[in-house]
Amino acid sequence: MKYLRSFGRFWWDFVVGDDWRVAAALAGALTLTWLLEHEGVSAWWLLPLAVAAILAGSVWSETQR
Amino acid sequence: MSSDVILFFATFLASGVEAVEALTIVLAVGVVRGWRSTLVGVGAASLVLVAVIAALGPALQNIPIGTLRFVVGALLLAFGVQWLRKAVLRASGYKPLHDEAEAFLREREEARSAGGAEKAGMDWYSFTVAFKGVLLEGLEVAFIVVTFGATKGRLGLATAAAAAAAVVVIVAGVVVRGPLERVPENTLKFAVGIMLTSFGIFWGGEGAGVDWPGGDVAILGIIGFIGLVSLALARALRRRRVALRPAEVGG
Repeated sequence: MKYLRSFGRFWWDFVVGDDWRVAAALAGALTLTWLLEHEGVSAWWLLPLAVAAILAGSVWSETQR
Repeated sequence: MSSDVILFFATFLASGVEAVEALTIVLAVGVVRGWRSTLVGVGAASLVLVAVIAALGPALQNIPIGTLRFVVGALLLAFGVQWLRKAVLRASGYKPLHDEAEAFLREREEARSAGGAEKAGMDWYSFTVAFKGVLLEGLEVAFIVVTFGATKGRLGLATAAAAAAAVVVIVAGVVVRGPLERVPENTLKFAVGIMLTSFGIFWGGEGAGVDWPGGDVAILGIIGFIGLVSLALARALRRRRVALRPAEVGG
């Protein structure tokens, strides 16, 4: 059990890192892109803008600590 | 063709940066405690990494390309933004820069102060530190090789880029006989963060059904956009930091 937890922890840190809100926001942006595209709306612009906003928000909040 | 060049370049850079960090650890342990057990540790970790790539790479290529791009894009995005976030914080002075010379001295001191760990002709301290160092740095490389290689169906090219980077770093390490402190590691990490994030956007978008304007060439536009945003962020944060703490920044 201990090893399983350490294994999970390692992969969480590896992919998600310090700020889980960034990963959650990115997942939200990807899902929204998928939904719009499946509704027939061209959403190629959404991900680049969302990533820029998420990155800016994350570094900004980090520097406020 | 052009996307192959970008893929090779991105994998080469990412692998090179990680190889520089692994080299520092291996050098510090090898110089203080001897080379035999250290190199056995390096070899064992390399075998594990090759096995990971050999097992995961072909397995991923069996997944339908749309699903694969969506999953790989999501993972690369999370991984790349994390990397880029640290690079922006380093460039703006909110996080200390990575210093190979300092890391080398710290590792060397730890290796010196660690007690004897000899058993069956092996120094297990050297083995473990070298194994862990190469494996942990190498897992990031394996992740990039597998995701880049499988998504573009160019696993061989991605593996070759990573291997070429490792060879260049090892040769440079042997020539310099010390940590590669002159490599502009923080700048390279910034560039790699931009590339990982851009590929994450591109493949994640394709997996979500996006038809990129210009096709594959759109990746260059995304790299340019994310690069500009990241540089602007680093600059704005640095200015703000200087304005808030002028004495500290001025030294």
